[in-house]
Amino acid sequence: MTFNPKHILGIKNLSAEELTFILDTAASFKEINSRDIKKVPILRGKTIINLFFEASTRTRTSFEIAGKRLSADTINITASASSVVKGETLEDTARNIEAMHPDIIVMRHSASGACEYLAQRLKCSIVNAGDGAHEHPSQALLDAFTIREHKGRIEGLTVTIAGDVTHSRVVRSNIYCLTKLGAKVRLVGPKTMMPPGIERLGCEVYTDLEKAISGVDCVMMLRIQRERQGKTLLPSLREYARFYGLNDRNIQLTKDDAIILHPGPMNRGVEISSVVADGKRSVILDQVENGVAVRMALLYLVAGGEKLKDS
Amino acid sequence: MKIIIKGGHVLDPANDIDGIFDILIEDGLISRIDSSIDESDAEIIQACDMLVIPGLVDIHTHMRDPGQEYKEDLISGTRAAVAGGVTSLACMPNTSPVNDNQAVTRFIIEKAKSQGVANVFPVGAISHGMDGEILSEMGDLKSAGCVAFSDDGKPVKSSELMRRALEYADTFDMPIISHAEDLSLVGEGCMNDGVVATELGLKGIPWVAEDAATAREIMLAEFTGARLHIAHVSTRGSVELVRQAKARGARVTCEVSPHHFTLSEEAVRGYNTNAKMNPPLRTQEDIEAIKEGLKDGTIDAIATDHAPHHIDEKNVEFPIALNGMIGLETLLPLTLQLVRDKDISLKQAVAMMTCQPAAIIGIDRGTLGIGRPADITIVDPERDWTVFAEDLFSKSKNTPFIGCRLKGVAARTLVAGKTVFERK
Amino acid sequence: MATETIEILDFEGVNRALTRIAHEILEKNKGVDDLVLVGIRTGGSFLAAELKRKIAEIEQADVPLGNIDISMYRDDLGSRNNLSVGQTDILFSLTDKKIVLVDDVLFTGRTIRAAMDAIMDLGRPQNIQLAILIDRGHRELPIRPDYIGRNLPTARSERIEVVFDEQHSPRAVSLIRR
Repeated sequence: MTFNPKHILGIKNLSAEELTFILDTAASFKEINSRDIKKVPILRGKTIINLFFEASTRTRTSFEIAGKRLSADTINITASASSVVKGETLEDTARNIEAMHPDIIVMRHSASGACEYLAQRLKCSIVNAGDGAHEHPSQALLDAFTIREHKGRIEGLTVTIAGDVTHSRVVRSNIYCLTKLGAKVRLVGPKTMMPPGIERLGCEVYTDLEKAISGVDCVMMLRIQRERQGKTLLPSLREYARFYGLNDRNIQLTKDDAIILHPGPMNRGVEISSVVADGKRSVILDQVENGVAVRMALLYLVAGGEKLKDS
Repeated sequence: MKIIIKGGHVLDPANDIDGIFDILIEDGLISRIDSSIDESDAEIIQACDMLVIPGLVDIHTHMRDPGQEYKEDLISGTRAAVAGGVTSLACMPNTSPVNDNQAVTRFIIEKAKSQGVANVFPVGAISHGMDGEILSEMGDLKSAGCVAFSDDGKPVKSSELMRRALEYADTFDMPIISHAEDLSLVGEGCMNDGVVATELGLKGIPWVAEDAATAREIMLAEFTGARLHIAHVSTRGSVELVRQAKARGARVTCEVSPHHFTLSEEAVRGYNTNAKMNPPLRTQEDIEAIKEGLKDGTIDAIATDHAPHHIDEKNVEFPIALNGMIGLETLLPLTLQLVRDKDISLKQAVAMMTCQPAAIIGIDRGTLGIGRPADITIVDPERDWTVFAEDLFSKSKNTPFIGCRLKGVAARTLVAGKTVFERK
Repeated sequence: MATETIEILDFEGVNRALTRIAHEILEKNKGVDDLVLVGIRTGGSFLAAELKRKIAEIEQADVPLGNIDISMYRDDLGSRNNLSVGQTDILFSLTDKKIVLVDDVLFTGRTIRAAMDAIMDLGRPQNIQLAILIDRGHRELPIRPDYIGRNLPTARSERIEVVFDEQHSPRAVSLIRR
């Protein structure tokens, strides 16, 4: 099949075939990242603007490297520091940038739905680098890629995701991606961080970490951000680490060959102990490596192919 | 000056009139209602196949005047009202400056009288500046023309202040209209807390934020024995609380907005900011409970909570869009849909838009009583129409019904016998 | 519109052509020292594998084989219908090697140009030689093959199809005319 989307806004509206196509494409791009000359000319002359309204070094760098390795001209704009402070609306900021004819805008914003909002109003392609608590498609894809790489498949696996589900866009995208590709997803976290009806997206909900990770193939630990939750959702990081942290003791409950993922950045000693993070089952750095390949694939697919003129 | 409205289906629940009748209007007052009236020198208004009802009374609107005239003012707002068949409306005090003093009250009344086309009855603030700290001068506001008190837009946080407000208002025989929500439970919520919010990644407002606050208001009302009206009920819990309070004999009334019996949280999908309001659109179960409440009389009135906002305030990312939708011009078709779906009878529907709301704010309107001002709405209940922004009389166009096909419309609206609106 | 299919080379014909090319490669390069085969996906890859087998039969020597996918080096990104990309796997160094680039059909020359760009990004070869099964003419770039199976002048609207079996061995070459 071929797949030539104008935007990448989320995993929810992609089919299993399309997701597999993206992963296969990423596999081809991965090889470039270990060459001596880490560049292919495929997006030469294309302009990609990374428009980040929320601070993020890792995702932004990953997209920047991905674009540059495809020979595109990539520019980073940290909008929080400038026009937003001056009171410019999101639409105006984006339209001003669009007037400079970028081919792709990669955007991260704190408001859920912000990428869809721009996709309805702009003519260029939009790639969602994370919108509020809604979706983070490139993260879910690199997670799936990493799991597939280590396990050979996604179908039939059981994956547990632990953490603040309410505020996590990574969880939502991962639920869609993993279930469409045939995995079973378990969520675990305190009730204060579990949103209503999340099981309707296709997963099982637990409050006990040990039960949730028993016999599973993969465990994904989400970052706990004390500041984000305010003070009423979580009494202390100490309590969280004790009941919801993954450590070398409770990791024994998973399958012997289970792998451990984390979208980063990690809070060592909180949701994940150093022993586990640095242990042989951790594939966290592989995730980062694969992130570049996945983002190269996404940029390539969005930029390439026949486009409708003036759509 | 004589006018005869001929041949319409006249329905006036207040006076138990329901049948094909002619209405004679003389000098702006209702003079006679009879099966066939002939006066040689009268202007004839044909109302065959039409429904002829008292001019509608909407007890919950925001006219944004004074201070936010870019959204709406008393001129455009009353024009929108009569286009929707509303001839009397109560407007909330969250203007700029707040209507917590007789100067603002008089301004509203005078401007509406001289430049508006409908009867406007101001609601005064409960607290000074709507700050929730000090009572407003309720006696003075009443004599200036206020018909009720509310801090609508905000809840009264302090239970002590709400208790005193109920007692003080009761001193002047005035009702308190409560916007009941617990702000700490609402948090940063911007839509109903449920499966749709979870999927869209938006912070949710749980039903308990409204129910807990409603329960408090009802208990304070029973404690003080004062008159309480709950604004914009949206949850099945609130409906049940009011039902039980009434059964105990409490002096509690409540209203519901048409959007809360027509749309659910599903309308927010796609991050539609025109479906963002407070209280938020809830679930299908809540809609069913509201319809039950309308049917069994728990809910006394249908009021639009007409909340105009400028396009710049809605054309933004969902979490920062302002809450509210305009409602005056879609009140009739949405309410008539309930009758078509056999959720309530036509008589109930009309009562809840005329004499019942009028009674809550104590105005002698919403009836076709002999000698009363001829505020009359002639409704074409079968006419299909599409909601186009450019056809709306309101300055603001923030309604999720843009582009929707609705059935039922005000064909002609009279205020004191004068035609203030006629649909082409 | 009826399409006409004409067989240009049958199984024997293909086999003899490839055997001759294998001999020519060995002759020109005086053996297999520093020689590597690089096939262009997918038809060129299958042929390169076939040439590797033949060279092994003739010289009893093993020539390293790699494959490149040139999708990321093409110059027609905006008008492509199919965006599938294949894997490039060259597990040995290309620097100072004599590369025999293998493809099934040589047409405009753009594919070969893209392949040369890809090779240059992977290392610095001693030289690049080009082995082609069918040269159908209509060059748009100054590219010329070193080893040719068959020269076949064609019209632009015609198509050349190289048929491979399930084991990826070449069976026949056909001309399809509309």
